[in-house]
Amino acid sequence: MDILKFITAGSVDDGKSTLIGRLLYDSEAILADQLEALHASNRKNDDGTIDLAILTDGLKAEREQGITIDVAYKYFETVKRKFIIADAPGHIQYTRNMVTGASNAALAIILIDARKGVIEQTTRHSFLVSLLQIPKVVVAVNKMDMVDYSEEVFNNIVADFEKLAAKVDLVNVTYIPVSALKGDNIVYQSSNISWYTGDSLLQHLETVEIVIDDSSAHARLPVQWVIRPQTDELHDYRGYAGRVSSGSFKVNDKVTVLPSGFSSTISKIELYDKNLEEALAGTSVTVHLSDNIDISRGDIIVNSAGQPQLSNVIEADLCWMDTRPLDTTMTYLVQHNTKTIRCKIQEVIYKVNINTLEKEHDEDFKLNDIGRIVIKTAEPLAFDPYQVNKANGGAIIIDSRTNVTVGALMLRQSVE
Amino acid sequence: MSKYRLDYLDELEAEAIYILREVAGQFEKPALLFSGGKDSITLVHLALKAFRPGKFPFPLVHIDTGHNFEETITYRDDMIAHIGEKLIVGHVQDSINEGKVIEQKGKNASRNPLQTTTLLDTIAKHGFDACIGGARRDEEKARAKERIFSVRDEFGQWDPKRQRPELWDIYNGKIHKGENVRVFPISNWTELDVWNYIRRENIPLPTIYFAHQRECITRNGQLMAASPFLNMDADDVIEHKNVRFRTVGDMTCTAAVESYAFEIDDIIDEIASSKISERGARIDDKVSEAAMEDRKKGGYF
Repeated sequence: MDILKFITAGSVDDGKSTLIGRLLYDSEAILADQLEALHASNRKNDDGTIDLAILTDGLKAEREQGITIDVAYKYFETVKRKFIIADAPGHIQYTRNMVTGASNAALAIILIDARKGVIEQTTRHSFLVSLLQIPKVVVAVNKMDMVDYSEEVFNNIVADFEKLAAKVDLVNVTYIPVSALKGDNIVYQSSNISWYTGDSLLQHLETVEIVIDDSSAHARLPVQWVIRPQTDELHDYRGYAGRVSSGSFKVNDKVTVLPSGFSSTISKIELYDKNLEEALAGTSVTVHLSDNIDISRGDIIVNSAGQPQLSNVIEADLCWMDTRPLDTTMTYLVQHNTKTIRCKIQEVIYKVNINTLEKEHDEDFKLNDIGRIVIKTAEPLAFDPYQVNKANGGAIIIDSRTNVTVGALMLRQSVE
Repeated sequence: MSKYRLDYLDELEAEAIYILREVAGQFEKPALLFSGGKDSITLVHLALKAFRPGKFPFPLVHIDTGHNFEETITYRDDMIAHIGEKLIVGHVQDSINEGKVIEQKGKNASRNPLQTTTLLDTIAKHGFDACIGGARRDEEKARAKERIFSVRDEFGQWDPKRQRPELWDIYNGKIHKGENVRVFPISNWTELDVWNYIRRENIPLPTIYFAHQRECITRNGQLMAASPFLNMDADDVIEHKNVRFRTVGDMTCTAAVESYAFEIDDIIDEIASSKISERGARIDDKVSEAAMEDRKKGGYF
């Protein structure tokens, strides 16, 4: 069994929380005491049925305001797969929360209200899904019960979305007509929508293929910690501990350590008491090299035959996440893999109006703004373009005055 | 590209090891909070996988309410002797003696709320800048929104409105002096994942997790172990029951469930078919709908 992490993009008005609640409720992922609390709550739908949206509202303030502010994680499983839902808010003032939730998702559900069709927020959500390179996309056309389950309405929305998808470079899109409120095509296929013969949302989530990059050309191991017991019997033990972020390493692979550029060969791959022949993306291991070279936290071990870019002036996409605007004269910190160093955002190339996708030439980079910039770092970063290898192309900006994470970077290319 | 994927337990394990190593790499003085429960026992096992053959780069810290199940303390001491790592114990009794907290009175008296003070004092005394804990996001609604690196202010408080964005698997552990970070490596595990992992890895557990005979009383609809720490009155009837515990907290606030699950396979079957969530057996969450959120803001783990 494997795990699918997905995000739901939409707003309260689109019935997003109801959709998640319905998925949990109909797949029987809700336990008796939680159900009891749900029934005891005085929030009900107009027709007196339980308001399933309550299941995803975590924080008191959110319950009071009736909106999802933060990212909440929900867990459920079926016999086929385990699921982690990142439930992020859809309003524009919470763009940073959606970016956060999207960063780890393997699939995105974009919710469209059948009565409204493709609107401004659909453009925004699609742009963000594309920017964060979420591999699979489901467009759930919700509230089909409110449009008499009309095939024509659905087809028109699909046609409109296709145009948008082409504009923002979204591929692998699946369309499903649903009603979260009535339960149509969420877990069970709906008899109200007989013209639709595809999978229900859950059936699709259970069977969609998750692809991971296990090519040796993308083998990357950021070193987190060096294990040196320095005891009598383990006097010469020197293991580099880290998680393979992408690709795969095998014993005897020729590797290069960056930024130093020293080369060596993998002599052993350990996972606690086991020796592995191969370590695939996602595995936490301890690697030994045949040469004694100076390696510490912040270095990255890569396959010599497929090296990343090494540069300290890099063009990147930036999402600003702090209430204090970007200051291009200030020194920030950038954290990429296990390395944290000083940096400056030396140029704003353009900003994107994420509702219209128009480029704006405005230096003023505020909360939730997204655009293209040039970053200069105190030391070179060994990175891959985010579009090519997400795992080695994302980084965060930290404000050293507050220590808060203020920006998300999708690195693109060296501009030296 | 191929379709190969790690099994979900491998994936969860790899993530937890990665997070533990980030703690080691990013902090000067971390600690692992050890309660004696299955989640923190799992953390110790994951730490072995993250750092052996080296030593742990942190001590284990136990906040002892003095109202523990004896089995938990026996387990703790045996485990420490076996792994040869350092243990620091913070005693709630010391906080009471120092007058920092006052023992609750009445029938539902518990030392559970008092441990927050002892925990914060222990953190301050040793200058810990990161505390690793076994909390999981599936336990409760407030936990579902907590970060894996969760910053606490000087007063140990969690501010759900001021959480840092946490992107990809990049964890920002930068803090100011006096602040500390709570780190939750098994955030993404469910109760069943923990049990399946314990079975797969053959991790020993305190005996109270398995069905046994015990003197119990029924209070507020839940079975409580009869003990000198539980204030009893004439209405309380002691019954002999076959029970086990799903969490291991203070004896005064951890309810038992009737069970005949003597082996780990039985427990997994029982949980898989259970209709009561794990925290449903913790009386301290039942006070109000927002109980957990309020306690977390106050510095409770």
